[in-house]
Amino acid sequence: MHIPDGFIDIPTSAAFGLLAVAGTAVALKKAKSVVDDRTAPMAGLTAVFIFAVQMLNFPVAAGTSGHLLGGALAMVLVGPYAASLAVTVVLGVQALLFADGGLIALGLNVFNLSVIAVLASYLAFRAAIRLLPKTKTAVPLAAGIAAFASVPISASAFTLQYAIGGNATAPVDAVFAAMFSTHIFIGIGEAMITMLTVSAILASRSDLVHGWSRKEVPLKVRS
Amino acid sequence: MKQSKESLKRFYFGFFLAATVLAMGVSHYASSSPDGLEKVAEDEGFLETAKDSALSGSPLADYGVAFLDNERLSVGVAGLVGVIATAVVALVLFSLVKKRR
Repeated sequence: MHIPDGFIDIPTSAAFGLLAVAGTAVALKKAKSVVDDRTAPMAGLTAVFIFAVQMLNFPVAAGTSGHLLGGALAMVLVGPYAASLAVTVVLGVQALLFADGGLIALGLNVFNLSVIAVLASYLAFRAAIRLLPKTKTAVPLAAGIAAFASVPISASAFTLQYAIGGNATAPVDAVFAAMFSTHIFIGIGEAMITMLTVSAILASRSDLVHGWSRKEVPLKVRS
Repeated sequence: MKQSKESLKRFYFGFFLAATVLAMGVSHYASSSPDGLEKVAEDEGFLETAKDSALSGSPLADYGVAFLDNERLSVGVAGLVGVIATAVVALVLFSLVKKRR
């Protein structure tokens, strides 16, 4: 879901660019309190993993593909602030090195994928953890729910940008409906990849999973 | 303590290796259909408003290496470069974030 240049006009791109800078500044400031000797390499490697998995477009309905956004995965692994920074690094590398996603559109993409996707998945994860049984299995399940929710929500953030500054005449309600419904299917893929990855890391090094080890899951026994 | 440090290193290495294999090897099998946004833009008739990125002439544009004709090699090398670039930028960034405590 990398927006190319041209879809959204320059003033709107600039405005969302400012919001993206503000979001990144907050993430930088807040990440300081969670990034330590153990989590700094983990956050860096999470960015690398997201870059790699974003190359793997999977087919969804009718000649359409999708790929991991990674905001939810990173949020569960390293917490929301470091996650936002990790996704921003990925978007920067993709735009600058691979011409994937526009340069003027970089702020739009950072806003949608590093700010909105991470924020949405954080809220969904917290809510899911509260509702699910307090077991270790709840973590990948909540991660999957968060991942699923983050995709149509980020797609809707694009629709908002299109509504404000779209350079085309396609009606906003049609764009919204198409973006939302298509990204529900992509969200299923996002949920599966996120659940699998979180499960695998929980099984080998659960201490490195922020959404588990930070005791957002209150538990009696931890192994 | 020593042992746990070793196992941590092993884990980091395994995580990095998994990413590298996915980017270099598995990426060849990725779907080449348009992604969600591109498909919607096509269906709703605003795909033509897209402009090429100012960097679309870059030697690595669209996850290929300009001078490599073998498609499989081209995407594999692009994946490797991307993994290394992301690792360098992200690890430096997070070590700076950490040090500023």
